[in-house]
Order: sequence, then structure tokens, then C-alpha cells
Amino acid sequence: MESIALVGDAVVVSTLTTPLAEVASSDATLRAFLHGLPGVDRVGADQRAAALGTRSIKTTAKSQAIDLAISMVDLTTLEGADTPGKVRAMCAKAAHPDPSDPSVPRVAAVCVYPDLVPHAVRALAGSGVKVASVATAFPSGRTSLDVKVTDTAQAVAAGADEIDMVIDRGAFLAGDYTTVFEQIVAVKAAAGEAHLKVILETGELATYDNVRRASWLAMLAGADFIKTSTGKVSPAATLPVTLVMLEAVRDFRATTGRMVGVKPAGGIRTTKDAIKYLVLVNETAGEDWLDPAWFRLGASSVLNDLLMQRQKMATGRYAGPDYFTLD
Amino acid sequence: MSENGRLAVRKTYKLFIGGAFPRSESGRSYAVTSSKGDFLANASRASRKDARDAVVAARKAFPGWSAATAYNRGQILYRIAEMLEGRRAQFAGEVAEADGVSARKAGELVDAAVDRLVWYAGWSDKIGALRGAANPVAGPYFNLSTAEPSGVIAVIAPPMGPLLGLVSVIAPVIVTGNTCVVVASERAPLPSITLAEVLATSDLPAGVVNVLTGPTAELAPWLAAHMDVNGIDLTGCPPDLALTCEREAAENLKRVLRPAEESWLAEPRLDRMTTFLETKTVWHPIGI
Repeated sequence: MESIALVGDAVVVSTLTTPLAEVASSDATLRAFLHGLPGVDRVGADQRAAALGTRSIKTTAKSQAIDLAISMVDLTTLEGADTPGKVRAMCAKAAHPDPSDPSVPRVAAVCVYPDLVPHAVRALAGSGVKVASVATAFPSGRTSLDVKVTDTAQAVAAGADEIDMVIDRGAFLAGDYTTVFEQIVAVKAAAGEAHLKVILETGELATYDNVRRASWLAMLAGADFIKTSTGKVSPAATLPVTLVMLEAVRDFRATTGRMVGVKPAGGIRTTKDAIKYLVLVNETAGEDWLDPAWFRLGASSVLNDLLMQRQKMATGRYAGPDYFTLD
Repeated sequence: MSENGRLAVRKTYKLFIGGAFPRSESGRSYAVTSSKGDFLANASRASRKDARDAVVAARKAFPGWSAATAYNRGQILYRIAEMLEGRRAQFAGEVAEADGVSARKAGELVDAAVDRLVWYAGWSDKIGALRGAANPVAGPYFNLSTAEPSGVIAVIAPPMGPLLGLVSVIAPVIVTGNTCVVVASERAPLPSITLAEVLATSDLPAGVVNVLTGPTAELAPWLAAHMDVNGIDLTGCPPDLALTCEREAAENLKRVLRPAEESWLAEPRLDRMTTFLETKTVWHPIGI
């Protein structure tokens, strides 16, 4: 492969002469590749995301979108005050989001801290809901690689199907891409069969260019999913950032043939927000990504709003939060 | 252009939701005429989504407003009366145009509205004495019943009495700690938006009163059916619409105040307040 055409930006990166497999062979090639990625037009990305957010999705399309969004939710609790009881309650909700209506699809996964994984695994046995665990010194990622690998291995041993790791933003911002790359590779190895989601924490990356670079870096290192945020930093997921990441996974598939998922997390509260993300996925990455296997919504509060909208469409009356479980 | 060469600066009548004055989400408006049929202004024609947004705003305001002390709520109602008094001439003009009454009569109606607010302001810390009780029980317990607000109340304002009628249905609902979504008189909605300007400058927390203008028959059933509304005052509904709304309201057992013949100049009935109260009873052991 002599050059890589990046479909989305209609730009040919002619400076890139090594095949992708060798991009990470040295610090210099990795840096050359990441800095050779075309820059993101910030105003353009913001406007594109805002324009797609105005699409009107009504009636049957809306019902379909609501069910799809419910099936993509990663129900999350990542608090210091989490208890096994709270995790069990959340798992019950994950398997049957609306106990009064069995036609509601189950959510994609629950996401908990590693020590609570066994409780989630037990509560979800046979339900088809996956258990995801954050690892690698979530949310800051400020610890040694050994600890991160051990953290990951323990979560997998406890039965986690998916691992949400954080990248070392400090190293990334300092330009030490190789360190970030190698950490992802090491965690990927420790995760084994478990799906690896790499959290970029876009709220700390400052520019869209950095988001694009971090996305490619994570995908090159073997990420199965790239995730926007931990939910602990503001801003969390935004539409334009997700747009940039969706372009990255689309271009990555066009280049390598490997498909990577995307997960915006944090700040998604209403059905309208969720549907905006679905429109963005369809218009940017394409229909292939409109599947819980390739797109997730990391949010908890959005689920009740989705259920309320669903009930409104079914009964014709506006629903009230009193009739749904509290998280 | 008026006679003296100035451009006429006309007021845009918008909705009042969550302390802000948005246009209708639907972008619709309708022409409001005086009692003689002359064009007065265009008012926003609220849609069901505006009603939904208003309920969200009212729900958000409820915890703060219901937790405020009765004394504080009374003060704020009195403050509304003060602000209304200061705009007496403006309201008298609007009421005269809407109802076709003389300037003198319109002024009296505004005075009555101010007095009505003061009257209800005084009730804030007294309604508890009327509706609460220390119940005698067979055991060593204090058994105390206290009145608590129901929650979010939808209020369908009467078509007649664009100011006095409106104040007479809003004040009893909010004085006890409820928040409300008001559908103003479809025929004469302009004073309701001017009243909203008064409410917005009276220390009343945003969202406690939300005012929608538009067709009652279109908005009332949505509010009556809304699962996050705890009560509905059907005063301004014609009989068949009131029946439909009451049926819808049964779904989540809303408190319902049925429409009845009522003179706004007479002393109000207490059921305007008591309908939208719940009773909380607490048992507490006697002794230490």
C-alpha cells in the first residue's frame, strides 16, 4: 500500500508511505502517521453535527429509534458509593427496563467497577446483557502499567465481557504516543477474549485534531471500541466529537477492513439527544454501525426518558417519571 | 407610525414557561380581538409540546416551592399584589378592551384582583390550621395530620374575567405550595401574559406558574391525560370538554375541580385551595 485515501475528508495522505501494520514500528513513524492525519475543520464539524441534530424523526421511525437506542444503552454506575445491592437493582433494570411491558428490549450492557463485576455477572446470568467493567485506574489512569494490566486481568477473571480502559491523557498530550500505544496493546493482551473499549476522555484532549489522532492511535493498538469519556469530566460526549470519532472508524474500516465500535458516554439525557446520535451514526459511519454490537450509548438517565417516550407513543398520553424506577 | 412621528412599539405576547417568555414551539399565533371585534394583538397559539415543556418546568419548580415556608409563600403572593398594583393603569386598559367595560369598572376589577391576592396571601399559614388536626388515638402517640400540596396542577382559566378570574384560579393553587400550568382564557389571553410579567418580577421562583395561551379544547385534554400532572382545575372548560378531561384525569387519579357557576366578585370558596391538598398523617410516640 503506497498511500491511504481517507474517504471522509477526500484527502489523500501522500506523506504516508508505510503500510498501517508498520506505523507503530517506531516512535517516529507513529508520530508521522498521527500528525499526517488531515486536520479537523472545527467550525465545519460543529455545524455538521448541529445540522444533523435538527432532523425530525417521527412516528414509526421514532418508535424504531427508541427501541434501538434502548438496546444500545450501557447502563452505568461508577460511584464511590456503589453497593452490591445497587448493582443488583441496576441489573434487574437492564434485563427488564420496564417490568410492566415485556416488549421493551433489554439494554446492551451494564458498566461497573471491577470489584462489583461478580455481583453483576450473577445478577445477569442468562439474560443476554453483557457485563462491562472499567479498569486501568479509572477514571484518571494515573498508575503504573503493571497495576493497569492486573486490574484488567482481574476484571476479566471475574467474568467481565467488556473492558473499558482509559488512555494516559498526560502521555498523549505530552506527545508520547508510543507509551499510550503500548499500554493499549498490553491491556488488550490482558483482556484476552473480552472486548476492549478505549476511553479517550475527549473533554481533556482540547482539540478535535487530538480526538482524531487518539481515535486512530487506539484503533491501531487494537481497540474494539472507542469511547468518548469517563463521565467524570465536563464536557463529556458531544455530537461533534462523536462525529469526528465516527469518521475515524469509517475511514479505519475503509483502510484496514476492520470494524471498530463507538460509544459516546456522559451528558446524554433525553430521547432527543439519543436520536440525534443515531442520526449522526447513520449519516457518518453508515447503517452497519446502527447495531448494539457497534454503537453504544453510555448513559443511565437517558433510559427512563426513552421509556417515558416509548410509553407516550404506546398510550398517547405523556408519561410521568413517578411510574419508572429510580436509578 | 403614530401622530408624533414615532414608530409604534407594540408588545409581542408570548408564552410564560419556566420563568422565560418563549414563543410557541409550533411557531403558531392567533389574532385576539376586543369585545367589539377590533384587532388587539397576535397571541401565541401554544401546542401540546409547549404544554409538556410547561409541565416539566412546573415539576422542576415543585420541590423548592413546596419546601418554602408558608410565611415566605404568603410574602411572595403579597409581593405579586404589590407589583400588580403598580401596573393598575395598564391592566385596567387591557381589561376594558377585552371585556368592553368602562374604564371605571375595569379599574374596580383590577382592584378586586389585587385584593384577591392579598386575601389568599393571608391564607398561606392558616390553611394548615383548617385542614390539619391532632387526631385522638387509642395509644401513647401524637397523631398529627398536616396538609401538603398535591404537586403540579393544570389550571384551565375561566373565559370571562381575564384578570380577576385568572388571579382567582392561580392564587389558591400556588399559595399552598403547588406549582401550576395555566391555560389562559382563549378569548382574552392578553392580560394573562401581562400578569406573567408581574409574576416574573415578584420573587416567584421560575416555573411555579406557567402560562399558555391558545385553544383550550386543544390543550386541556393533553394536560388532563399527562401522567406527571397531579390535579386539574377545569373551571374554564365547557361541559363536554370538562367531561372528556375528567375521564382522562382518572387514569392517574388526578384531583379534579369541576366547573361551577361562580361570581368572581364574591368571597371565594375554600375548595379552590383544599381540592389540591393531600393529607399526611404522622404518628409520634409521646414522651422522650
